[in-house]
Amino acid sequence: MLNAEEKQLIEQAVRHYEHPRAACLEALKIVQERRGWVSDDDVRDVADALAMSPAEVDSLATFYSLIFRRPVGRHVILVCDSVSCWIMGYERIVQHISERLGVGLGETTPDGEFTLLPVVCLGACDRAPAMMIDGDLHGDLTEEVIDQLLVTYRGKKME
Amino acid sequence: MNDRPLTGRMHPDRTPLSLREYEQAGGYQAVRQAVGRIAPVEVMNLVKESNLRGRGGAGFPTGVKWSFVPRGAQARRPVYLIANADEMEPGAFKDRRLLEGDPHQIIEGVILASYAIEADIAYIFLRGEYTLAARRVRQAVAEAYQAGWLGKNICGSGWGLELHLHTGAGRYMCGEETGLINSLEGRRATPRNKPPFPQLSGLFGRPTVVQNVETLCNLPHLVTHGAAWFKELSRCKDGGTKIYGVSGKVKRPGAWELPMGTPIREILEDRAGGMRDGVHLRAILPGGASTEFVTVDQINMQMDFDTCQAAGTRLGTGMMIVLDDQTCPVGMMLNLERFFAQESCGWCTPCREGLPWIVQSLAAIEAGRGEPADLDILEMHTRLLGPGLTYCALAPGAMEPLHSGLKIFRDDFERHLREGRCPWS
Amino acid sequence: MPVIYIDDQPYEVAAHHNLLHACLGLGFDIPYFCWHPALGSVGACRQCAVKVFRDEHDRRGQIVMSCMTPVRDGLRLTIDDPDVRRFRATIIEWLMVNHPHDCPVCDEGGHCHLQDMTVMTGHNYRRHRFAKRTHRNQDLGPHIHHEMNRCIQCYRCVRFYHDYAGGKDLNVFGAHHHVYFGRHESGALESEFAGNLVEVCPTGVFTDKPARRYYARKWDLQSAPSVCGQCGVGCNVLFNERYGKLVRVDNRYHYEINGYFLCDRGRFGHDFVNGEERIRRPLARESRGASLRETSADDALSRATQAVAGRRVIGIGSPRASLEANFALRELVGADSFYLGLSDAEFKSANLSLALLRELPTASLHEIETADAALVLGEDLLTTAPRMALALRQLARRQPTAESIVACPVPEWNDQAVRELVQQQKGSLFSATPGPTKLDEDAAAVYYGELDEIAGLGLAVAAAVDQPSAETDSLATQIATALRNAKRAVIVSGGNEAVMQAAAAVVRALRRAGRDAALCLTQPEGDTLGLAMLGGRALSEVVRDGAECVIVLENDLFARLPEADATAFLERTKTLIVLDHSITRTTARADVVLPAATIAESTGTFVNYEGRAQRCFSAFAPQPDVRESWRWLDALRSSLFWPTFDDVCRAMAQAVPAFAKAPDAAPSAAFRQIGNKIPRQSPRFSGRTAITAQLNVSEPKPPDDPDSPLAFSMEGSREQPPPALIARYWAPGWNSVQALNKFQQEIGGPLRGGDPGVRLIEPEAKP
Ligand SMILES: Cc1cc2nc3c(=O)[nH]c(=O)nc-3n(C[C@H](O)[C@H](O)[C@H](O)COP(=O)(O)O)c2cc1C
Ligand code: SF4
Ligand code: FES
Repeated sequence: MLNAEEKQLIEQAVRHYEHPRAACLEALKIVQERRGWVSDDDVRDVADALAMSPAEVDSLATFYSLIFRRPVGRHVILVCDSVSCWIMGYERIVQHISERLGVGLGETTPDGEFTLLPVVCLGACDRAPAMMIDGDLHGDLTEEVIDQLLVTYRGKKME
Repeated sequence: MNDRPLTGRMHPDRTPLSLREYEQAGGYQAVRQAVGRIAPVEVMNLVKESNLRGRGGAGFPTGVKWSFVPRGAQARRPVYLIANADEMEPGAFKDRRLLEGDPHQIIEGVILASYAIEADIAYIFLRGEYTLAARRVRQAVAEAYQAGWLGKNICGSGWGLELHLHTGAGRYMCGEETGLINSLEGRRATPRNKPPFPQLSGLFGRPTVVQNVETLCNLPHLVTHGAAWFKELSRCKDGGTKIYGVSGKVKRPGAWELPMGTPIREILEDRAGGMRDGVHLRAILPGGASTEFVTVDQINMQMDFDTCQAAGTRLGTGMMIVLDDQTCPVGMMLNLERFFAQESCGWCTPCREGLPWIVQSLAAIEAGRGEPADLDILEMHTRLLGPGLTYCALAPGAMEPLHSGLKIFRDDFERHLREGRCPWS
Repeated sequence: MPVIYIDDQPYEVAAHHNLLHACLGLGFDIPYFCWHPALGSVGACRQCAVKVFRDEHDRRGQIVMSCMTPVRDGLRLTIDDPDVRRFRATIIEWLMVNHPHDCPVCDEGGHCHLQDMTVMTGHNYRRHRFAKRTHRNQDLGPHIHHEMNRCIQCYRCVRFYHDYAGGKDLNVFGAHHHVYFGRHESGALESEFAGNLVEVCPTGVFTDKPARRYYARKWDLQSAPSVCGQCGVGCNVLFNERYGKLVRVDNRYHYEINGYFLCDRGRFGHDFVNGEERIRRPLARESRGASLRETSADDALSRATQAVAGRRVIGIGSPRASLEANFALRELVGADSFYLGLSDAEFKSANLSLALLRELPTASLHEIETADAALVLGEDLLTTAPRMALALRQLARRQPTAESIVACPVPEWNDQAVRELVQQQKGSLFSATPGPTKLDEDAAAVYYGELDEIAGLGLAVAAAVDQPSAETDSLATQIATALRNAKRAVIVSGGNEAVMQAAAAVVRALRRAGRDAALCLTQPEGDTLGLAMLGGRALSEVVRDGAECVIVLENDLFARLPEADATAFLERTKTLIVLDHSITRTTARADVVLPAATIAESTGTFVNYEGRAQRCFSAFAPQPDVRESWRWLDALRSSLFWPTFDDVCRAMAQAVPAFAKAPDAAPSAAFRQIGNKIPRQSPRFSGRTAITAQLNVSEPKPPDDPDSPLAFSMEGSREQPPPALIARYWAPGWNSVQALNKFQQEIGGPLRGGDPGVRLIEPEAKP
């Protein structure tokens, strides 16, 4: 069930467009922001809110890469895997994070703290290799920087 | 006069210009000068005259694009303007700079373009990962509404504009203008066939213009200082400055606003400081991931639309990616093609099925399991994923680095096959 | 008409078509997938590439997608050029990268569009040497089998299901080469038209699930043209048999009626033919109270003849039996003793329908689709005439297109562009029903009320048509204005007399105002209107009268009469003779039961809601003791009058003036094509000698068919048969249903030789 706040935010988003369907991705993001991911029930709720069918909503939810249709950890790490970061050592970075967290790309740590995902070019090629944790960009990554970041985020609860 | 109109007034510490700072630096002057004072058609003519060409990659003349929008009483309303801030081309980070560093500048650009095409509603379509830009633009939009630069009856002209920030949910295809329109409508970001062009039937079937962020950011300056000034800025026949960037193993990767037509060598050596110690330049993707490689002997090439095209490549985003001699070119191409395969929308057959095959072949070669026939497969794809054969320009763009790479790095491919491993690993 | 040059040869083509449509229409073979004549072009599959030239001097040319290229005068192209041939073959190579190559176990094998196109493009050797991606399948319910790995991503399924038919629960998921077509979770498909996926899908992703019980290739199916009897629309179908079982029902194209699509009731509703409830042997009981036992045909007939002899016999006809069967019964018992086997309400509505159709013009489904405005009064069409609802939906989609295209010129076949342009606009479709229906979302305005209120609304609309008033906010005025503004309007109704009268009033008012308007009245069963035209007494009368001996033709009295009346009536009956194909509560009370052939095993004529007589032919010979009802009834007479179907049909045409033209519904049994009958089996029909191999390896002689120009054989004419006799769509190189292109005058247009059937009712008012 969508709560009152989510409903209100979705209604607000609907007003920005000629047709309510256009607010669908915004609605999914509103839900995801609060629950971490979009469950089947959430798909149904968003569909109801926008007079769409669950299949129509899921057709969008599964197309777009930033909508998570499976549970994620408290912190989502998006590591840029595109060309500039690759040249600057993306593989080393991923390997390091993987070792530290004990999970590979697309996986969540058993304690539910981190999900590690690849992402296309973050537009931080001048600070490659780069990654994003919970929407914050971190560039010029080295093993040391990563270790520090992981410590910081581990202590942090999701806002 | 300021030779870096787009970035010259930005704070060195990368904090954004506030509304007051922006206005003090001459911001919203152009809106005051134009809206309600000059006829919309005049603004369009000014842009036509300036030779401003789109900075999103294709380089289409902006004023000409606007002239296809129906005007007058019989035009269907609302008319839409969309700022394409979906920057997702690997190697590109110029629009993010503009959005984060000077959010009011893009808003002013949007207002002017909207006025010129008599739009009623505008959107900034911002890619979902640009969270900082989203915060800053959102705040700037609120400020602009409050200051009366947006909303009803701007500058007492009777004309009003509604501007919404729309953030995306991932997918490179949202940058392609018709994919963007579909995405904005709450559909899958598959492209649309043209014709009909968006200027006639775009967002919600209404007349729509989609314009890159950098293109729009030029407008305030162009309107304030005029077409002649704008042309003066450049070192070639296309007007204005261009934000060029360099990434890869150079000393100082970054982005700089320079006269349109600045040669690669100046950008690479004077701005980026040349290659890092111990590595040498091998080739450059001059305009981002979907342009043809150029080699060291082409380093004096001027970076503008026509020169690049004559040299067999494209200006693209103007954001160069540098390949050095310590990096495997096959690996680089594998990375590029993996990106395109991943970001294919899945609508048309050649792109949907061809790109993954390319990736599989490149991966096999890179892993030392390649066969000579794989090179034929790759070559075939560069021919059959060309413009017009696929539904949109994603796949043809994806073929540009591969097409040139197969020629330039032929020896490297063959070494992989011969040695049964990647010589760089 | 523009002239295009194909390999320097000039051809005249229609201006409003795309190049693919035009070239296929000229008889050229261009492979395609995503294009469909009813769904338009989207340019997704890139299979239909051709090369166009700037002018006669241009030799390099440019590859374009023919389905996305408008025809224009002077256009020069080639279909057969090494570059485009290579490109088209590569498209198949790409589509095959992940295809499972499971043709031997695929139900589509043998009539697969993908197979045809693979052969057509010449792609043969696989160069892709890496792993294939695979998908999980879904359970889509009892009718559709799902096998996603076979998908070639042409997007036709969603475009038909979602865009064309308005289904909400099937869509496309994922992106890049992981696109998936199905439901958001396993479960039965909800659309009434889901079955069309079987024919719309060019490969074996969506296949006919019931047919999977009887594994058979297209060339091993024995087929005949027939008509669906599940409602009064009269969609054309093909019944396909193998080993005495009805395997599958396919759409049979009729330009004026069902076009390319059927509803699921028509496609999947004929399971009774193979059903457990079938009566395959004559039954009789020794005395009242004794139980029904199987007996021989001779015994059953002699019992029945004795019962009939010298007594007052009444006959009760049936709206699901053929005209000929009903006529045979009427002849046997006499017109005075012939009762239409309809309930009271059905009787009234059928007779009123007939009167109104004799007065006012009606419209075919094609005419409904292409009308400019429609009003539905009182009918939930998705239950009473589903295919008509689908036609009305197309009206609602088409009409705003026509308007939008003026503002922004886009060819009507450019499906996606049209949809973008039209967005959510709805055409002038109005619906007034007792409760919500699935058609509501397509309607510009809906009204819910009791039937008398709906009739009231209809009359108000009629009045507003007569007298356009300034008051515009009432629904009646809004509807009236839209109807008056339409070049062609249709009013759809049925079932209830008051509502039908109101619908007729609207049509009359529009016609008084000089508008072209038609009245469409739904009929509950395949031959309801035909029965009314034959004429007979109301069933309620017989309940009062009672009778010594009653013959019931393919009817269950408990479905027509109130329970108590039916029971009382049957108790008063001394001898009850019932002809039917399956067990009903009425057959259970009979003294003699004669096993009747089902529609799939019989030749007969049915009259649809428009008054169109259509012929159905048996797809296979019934089992020895099973006969067509008219044959049993003829046998009950003192001597045989009608040895063949043509005899009974001709006798009927002479006896009943309304049916004078009924024999013209299809060629008679004497028809020959270059001296040959039309084979029901394909020339490649295999395994005939193996069918009874456990008994005898010599091939059994196929049954004769004295009733039709079709033969239970693979021998016969190899020519394209006249439209009423098309038993399958096949053309060289085209094994799939797409071969239909070769049977049409113009693709998507009428069949060559004209669409079958004859309209029997000439309204007084001319359209
Ligand atoms: C696959 C693909 C991705 C694109 N991505 C972007 C993008 O991220 N930003 C952008 O401005 N233009 C992008 N474009 C170009 C747009 O389609 C369009 O040409 C541009 O937004 C027009 O603006 P301009 O005339 O100001 O350059 C892309 C094109 C393609 C084919
Ligand atoms: S080339 Fe085709 S599949 Fe690729 S992104 Fe464009 S439309 Fe989609
Ligand atoms: S039929 Fe033309 S692209 Fe599919």
